[in-house]
Amino acid sequence: MIDSASLLAVLPELILTAGGLILMLVAAFGGDGTARIVNALSVLTLIVAGVALSCSLAHGPDAFGGLVRADAFSVYAKALIYAAAAAAILLAPRFFSTDSALRPEYPILILFAAIGMGMMVSAGDMLTLYVGLEMNSLASYVLASFMRQDGRSSEAGLKYFVLGSLASGILLYGISLLYGFTGSTAFDGIAVALGDGVGKGELFGLVFVLAGLAFKISAVPFHMWTPDVYEGAPTPVTTFFASAPKVAAMGLTVRVAIEALGPAGLDWQQIVIFVALASILFGAVAAIGQSNIKRLMAYSSINNVGFALIGLAAGTPAGVAATMSYMAIYVVMTIGAFACILQMRDADGKPVETIASLAGLSQSRKGLAAAFAIFMFSMAGIPPLFGFWAKFLVFDAAVASGLTALAAFGIAASVIGAFYYLKIIKTIYFDEPTGAYEAKGGAVENVILTACAVVIVLGYLLNPVLDQASAAAAASLF
Amino acid sequence: MDGFPILSLMMAVPMAGAIACLFVGANSARWIALIATLVDFVLGMALWANFDQSGSGAQWQFQEYAPIFGKFAWALGIDGIALMLIALTVFLMPICIGASWNAINKRVGEYMAAFLFMEVLMIGVFTAQDLYLFYIMFEAGLIPMYLIIGIWGGADRIYASYKFFLYTLFGSVLMLIAMMWMVHEAGTTEIPVLMAYNFDPHVQTWLFLAFFASFAVKMPMWPVHTWLPDAHVQAPTAGSVILAGVLLKMGGYGFIRFSLPMFPEASAQLAPLVWGLSMVAVVYTSLVALVQSDMKKLIAYSSVAHMAIVTVGLFAFNQAGIEGAMMVMLGHGLVAGALFLCVGVIYDRLHTREIARYGGLSINMPRYAVLFLFFTMASVGLPGTSNFVGEFLALMGIYQASTWVALVCTTGIILGAAYMLYLYRRICYGEQVNADAAAMPDLSGREIWLLAPIAAVVLWMGVYPESFLSPMRPDIRALEARLAPAAPAGDSKIKMGAPKPAGEAHHEEVSAHGEAH
Repeated sequence: MIDSASLLAVLPELILTAGGLILMLVAAFGGDGTARIVNALSVLTLIVAGVALSCSLAHGPDAFGGLVRADAFSVYAKALIYAAAAAAILLAPRFFSTDSALRPEYPILILFAAIGMGMMVSAGDMLTLYVGLEMNSLASYVLASFMRQDGRSSEAGLKYFVLGSLASGILLYGISLLYGFTGSTAFDGIAVALGDGVGKGELFGLVFVLAGLAFKISAVPFHMWTPDVYEGAPTPVTTFFASAPKVAAMGLTVRVAIEALGPAGLDWQQIVIFVALASILFGAVAAIGQSNIKRLMAYSSINNVGFALIGLAAGTPAGVAATMSYMAIYVVMTIGAFACILQMRDADGKPVETIASLAGLSQSRKGLAAAFAIFMFSMAGIPPLFGFWAKFLVFDAAVASGLTALAAFGIAASVIGAFYYLKIIKTIYFDEPTGAYEAKGGAVENVILTACAVVIVLGYLLNPVLDQASAAAAASLF
Repeated sequence: MDGFPILSLMMAVPMAGAIACLFVGANSARWIALIATLVDFVLGMALWANFDQSGSGAQWQFQEYAPIFGKFAWALGIDGIALMLIALTVFLMPICIGASWNAINKRVGEYMAAFLFMEVLMIGVFTAQDLYLFYIMFEAGLIPMYLIIGIWGGADRIYASYKFFLYTLFGSVLMLIAMMWMVHEAGTTEIPVLMAYNFDPHVQTWLFLAFFASFAVKMPMWPVHTWLPDAHVQAPTAGSVILAGVLLKMGGYGFIRFSLPMFPEASAQLAPLVWGLSMVAVVYTSLVALVQSDMKKLIAYSSVAHMAIVTVGLFAFNQAGIEGAMMVMLGHGLVAGALFLCVGVIYDRLHTREIARYGGLSINMPRYAVLFLFFTMASVGLPGTSNFVGEFLALMGIYQASTWVALVCTTGIILGAAYMLYLYRRICYGEQVNADAAAMPDLSGREIWLLAPIAAVVLWMGVYPESFLSPMRPDIRALEARLAPAAPAGDSKIKMGAPKPAGEAHHEEVSAHGEAH
């Protein structure tokens, strides 16, 4: 069964696997001193894998008899995932260096997670999906507890592991139900079986599968792990969690919903609508009282996932394209925002996480403050920043497919969300300075920060490209 | 000027100025801002000079079109209505910069950048010919205004900035959903096409309400006006000027550009709602203004009352009413701006807005007293000033549609006289009870240069309004024609008398209007 075309389709994964294994050997024999070189080589591996993405499209979408898909959708999602993973690696050294906790395992784990995420978005079969998901999750559990001496980090890892295993169990149970009632684990096979009516067993399977996936994208009501894990995990890891795995899980959800469960659209649409609205509302309301910026970003990610799901709820190619565009813009905003958060260090260079410590930042660090404000306004969806366009696209898709009430409700709820983003800007710009911050940020952080800010401010000029890429990605699912 | 992208240039100049201001020191920032706004003023006057007012040419002039944003385009273009509002904007901006010259002394670069960015967006709102581009410009104004109020505002600035931001944001988001629906229905984002598109009358009601939510908040109409007094009171002087002078006009512009031509049936159907809210606003906010002890709050409430005259004029569905509404908007933009400047002048000296802390200023500040009196009279609507023309036309227009509304709204003029004259008496006349107020120096040269141009234009607008009405007339006529099939019948039953030969006319007075029974 293994032919050269199939191998070419998974070329990015092969590169990442080989790179990850070699680097692991380097780390094992070279010790912690190799951390920086492994870091650099990991980024290089991701870049090479990203270049290899263009080859993977060469031989039609199906590889390994339909277990893996290499289509425009997976390429789009993987490009985002690799970019986000590379950013998470690049942002790490400075953070870990203060505790001399920089170890070469960090980039390697991210590489392995990237392999898993690549498999998630290119899965054509429930089993590939599950393997990819677990591969990503196992690496993530370790990453969450990466700072072994830090109690919060260990706690985050444990919580993530326990709840993640539960969700995996739920997902696996749903897969087994679907397999039992449809007789197939392949997405197209399930779709064919669902095409002649959705039975009760199939419906149960669908609900469990969606519940498992909702956990991975941290949508309400399966979001409980998110704030604790985001807060406890080291900040670069949180950056990673908030970006790449979100894209992967969202891509996976979209693919399963459209390719496998497409004929049961009416059944999952209600679930997605509920999950989307609940996430938007809960994410917005619960964030208001937060005083820790990482916790706030966790609720913000719940909120954002809700908006992205509105595109999926529309169920149309335009809706899926909107969701994918949303994720692209969201990743840029999130990485930019975390690049700001990573620069929150007091005068001694120790990381601080309270929102109150940002007071008066606009007077001591003008550039950082402006970037922070740009990302916060953008996340709040205020034009002319690019975050507005992300929300615009999903609501536009919802209106186009007749879900006007959903769009109206969702957008009204987005005003609640705007409040807590404003609160951060208020702290930065209106309040009087309290404690001093480190005088200047790291070079890498600043470059990433600036790049993200430029995209967010001038993003509309990218619209034609982004529209085309998202539309092509969405079209490959239908 | 054919093909020259003057509108884009008018937005590029302040944008470049804004970016430059962020990187230079305080004094350079002031000069950059002043020069950028003056250049824009010159460009605006060139725009006016080259505008074809005859009405025989195209309705939309200076059009630019660049489809660079995918789902929407950089489409600009103006008609006479937009031209007048742009002229108002570019006229007030240098004055705002001048008013902040000494009053703002912390974070000057950021302040000037925020103002220049604001100017970009205001011009963008009035020139946008693409629905989504309009929305982006309309919404984006929240960011600089939020910062202006929040950073450079008074004691309660944070509450006011939140209230301003969230109120207006909530109003606008529903409009966006309605816009999306319209674009899918009509298949275009071009505003001129949408203005001629006939939407299903049943859906129009919903669309109208969604737009109404946004424009009524922006306007602001009673009962969603409560953000305005807070924002005005806390904003720095120049912020109040731009808020009252131009930002409030965006609501009126929205009605005239979107609500009326795009949803004529719904406008007619819901006109009683608008009238009702406006009547309440005129009487209620005037009475509230009467009991204010804070000068800025008083003028803020008077703005709400004046804006209510605008809405009744617009929803009179006839040329007189709409022309009057436009004139009130222009006149109020100037007069309210000038009044806020007048408040700013004495606030800069005594640092209080309490009316009771002043008194007898005409003794030690005679020049100030003269100018303040002039603007007070203009605000009251004295003949010869801009507001008289507007209010008279607007009330004449609404009289044709509904005599009762005209009756109630006209009381606003009387109440307006009451609160404005009362304010003036307490500040400028009477005993000089406060020693520190009595010691204040008269207007400086800079302050006279800020107020005198406004006074000149107010007078010009009152004496020869034709200069301002003629560019708008063809567009308002087109709007009236668009509204004619849907316009409500009106209860005044006007019978036009036949003109008589000159000698007889004064013997038999031809009744040109019915009874206000």
